[in-house]
Amino acid sequence: MTITVRFFASLADRVGRREELISNEGIHTARDAWMHCVSDIPIPGNALVAINQEYSDFDATIKEGDEVAFFPPVTGG
Amino acid sequence: MRIEVLESAFDPWREVFKQESSLSPGSFGATAVFVGTMRDMNEGDTVTQMTLEHYAGMTEGHLSQLAQQVQADHEILDIVILHRVGTITPGDPIVLVGVWSEHRAEAFEACEKIVEYLKSQAPFWKKERLSDGADRWVEHNTAGPRQVLN
Repeated sequence: MTITVRFFASLADRVGRREELISNEGIHTARDAWMHCVSDIPIPGNALVAINQEYSDFDATIKEGDEVAFFPPVTGG
Repeated sequence: MRIEVLESAFDPWREVFKQESSLSPGSFGATAVFVGTMRDMNEGDTVTQMTLEHYAGMTEGHLSQLAQQVQADHEILDIVILHRVGTITPGDPIVLVGVWSEHRAEAFEACEKIVEYLKSQAPFWKKERLSDGADRWVEHNTAGPRQVLN
């Protein structure tokens, strides 16, 4: 299973990268994807997650080919 | 309808004029416009520069869905939403929301709804450069004037 994991803004700075391709049969949720990529940093309490560019939650199921994005609260406008 | 994320400077008033020129004269009776501009001060600190980042694709998709929904819900004739990304300096426009309708109530309500959604949901982020050269991420937006989102 291949998943694209993306990080934005201050979260990208914190984890030290913006994108990672992961392939692991044990990954079922967005939370699993975070733990696989960033095992040494707990998910920040204010972090948001999007799956395939739609807001989702950390326990949502992900599937082959999905894009999972993690980012801090938005500050546009 | 025009929804766009721009990587270079824009003149919001010229863009309002351009968008309005595409409408039939006499078809609209109200235009509500919001322009967000970069300030040189935030949380008590002087800000010399700002870099705006966005989630390309998700941003445009969400703003388009929002604009279509608002247009249908509020009998809106036309909408323009432009938002800068990249590096800007104080005084530069950040965002333009323009709404055209037959009557003012719909235009005001739709414009405010779009602005509040954009500020609370659209995936943009701001990083400020302070006068001492340090960079810091803006952690949250200021609250809107009132609850306008469902």
